[in-house]
Amino acid sequence: MLDRFAGKHHTVPVMNIEQARILRVEELTTEYRTIVLDCPSIAAEAEPGQFVHLLIPNLQEATLRRPFSIFKVDNQTLSLLYKIVGRGTHAMSLLEKGGMINLMGPLGNGFPMPDKDAVPVLVAGGYGVAPLSFLAERLGRPGTVFVGGATSDDILCMGEFEKLNWEIHIATENGSAGEKGLVTDIFDAWLEERKNQGGHEIYACGPDGMLKAICERAVKHGWRGWISLDKHMGCGVGACLACVQKLKMDDGTVERVRVCRDGPVFEAGRIIWN
Amino acid sequence: MNKIPDMSVDLCGIHMKNPVMVASGTFGYGPEYADLIDLNILGAIVVKGISAEPWAGNELPRMVEVRSGLVNAIGLQNPGVRRFALEYMPFLRRYDTPVIVNAWGRSVQEYEEVVARLNDVEGIAGIELNISCPNIKEGGISFGANPESAAKVISAARKRTSLPLIPKLPPSVSDIGALAKVVEESGADAISLINTIPAMVIDVATRRPVLANIVGGLSGPAIHPVAVKLVWETWKAVKIPVIGMGGITVALDAIELMIAGALAVAVGTANFTDPSVSVKIIKGIEEYLKQQNMRCVRDLTGSLKN
Repeated sequence: MLDRFAGKHHTVPVMNIEQARILRVEELTTEYRTIVLDCPSIAAEAEPGQFVHLLIPNLQEATLRRPFSIFKVDNQTLSLLYKIVGRGTHAMSLLEKGGMINLMGPLGNGFPMPDKDAVPVLVAGGYGVAPLSFLAERLGRPGTVFVGGATSDDILCMGEFEKLNWEIHIATENGSAGEKGLVTDIFDAWLEERKNQGGHEIYACGPDGMLKAICERAVKHGWRGWISLDKHMGCGVGACLACVQKLKMDDGTVERVRVCRDGPVFEAGRIIWN
Repeated sequence: MNKIPDMSVDLCGIHMKNPVMVASGTFGYGPEYADLIDLNILGAIVVKGISAEPWAGNELPRMVEVRSGLVNAIGLQNPGVRRFALEYMPFLRRYDTPVIVNAWGRSVQEYEEVVARLNDVEGIAGIELNISCPNIKEGGISFGANPESAAKVISAARKRTSLPLIPKLPPSVSDIGALAKVVEESGADAISLINTIPAMVIDVATRRPVLANIVGGLSGPAIHPVAVKLVWETWKAVKIPVIGMGGITVALDAIELMIAGALAVAVGTANFTDPSVSVKIIKGIEEYLKQQNMRCVRDLTGSLKN
């Protein structure tokens, strides 16, 4: 079942369960946090687009782990970037340096690397920038990145992209940073000038509405594109089927595949949106 | 006494190294967890529910966490017997662990069909007949909810296989003992229980049901005492072995179910929290037997004192 949807790319699933020490916690804005963990075995295997499944220690009566995409890997450490959105991430935000946290990973299939002549084009919405920032770092060459959010507080990781000499385009809904509007608006304007050129490969992560729009554009212009889905998950390894997604298969049939195990990265043209 | 206790059990002809299985629907078809734990350590693997033909399951959301458990309405999505046999059985046959297949249908004919097809698949140790899933519109719990329809399904399935047949019973019946007796008389080799407890979760902000299926089944630590009671009542009612499940999270939960009458147990939802939990539970049962100076795990079954 594995790797049927990730094209040429192949990730051998090497999963671990690791008890990691919290090395650092950082408050990026009131809503966004990073947490840096000492977990050598997972860090050694992690690829951009993969995720870890955390058991949040101070979340009372919790049954399920929480999935977080991998933001950074540095030798033995792993960083996660997250937004406080619910009970789980709130509990997580109270964790302190020195504490321990149990995590499984790396899970899922990461982003396939672009063709060596293709210009990578990244499109991020909110904390969807986390795996894309990791991808940019691993790519070893600059490209173009589009980042969108509701306000300037939702625009993250710009320093990382600047350091790597990426061309950056920003859009916010209230206009507090970059252009006023949606990230897809500025992407469309940019695309309009290049739509007949090949040589680009799109990578996107963010809310479903944004991903759907990006998929449509990739298909319409015949560009290769990869999107990473963010779904509520149960087991994280493909056993429970809580996080399935309708996908177009090679033979034209539609199947419900597992985002956690068969994804979370899928080829743009394969997704069947509801 | 420092001797290693005898952990093996013989479950209606299925030889198990120890009494701990993984429950249907919580362990996929095996490969999902094979990188994280050694499948050879398990007493048995009960794979996710299979129907004769592929089934797409319910719309999303399919699962929601609640205090001390979760409510799911996956809706038995599965690839059907043919693809299961082709894609997963070669993998499962590599292990020295019995494979029990959970099977379901929407009519008596479909139950017959899936059992007949599974009977021809090499390497299956037994069939758990799912007559208790709360998450599909037809079939499932509608067959297990009353003794007459349960008897019909089990008798029909019995004619199609010589493999051990293990009906899985629902928790929400008025008299589990009476149901279990009918199940035994209809040709079952063992009984497993409990399936999830029918449940519902509402998002008060939107006043909408959280699950696309509106209702689902509750599992996890919250349901464990319910399972203990129903296993005990079932054990008193029948002579065939009982497999106990429902919210097992630590070894003591498993031991409790065995004291109540279970010969074997299945670990379910806890696999999601900790994929290695079944291995820890096996060790924990061994430790308990040593502490209690018991030589054999089978002596636990039905050892409840007044």
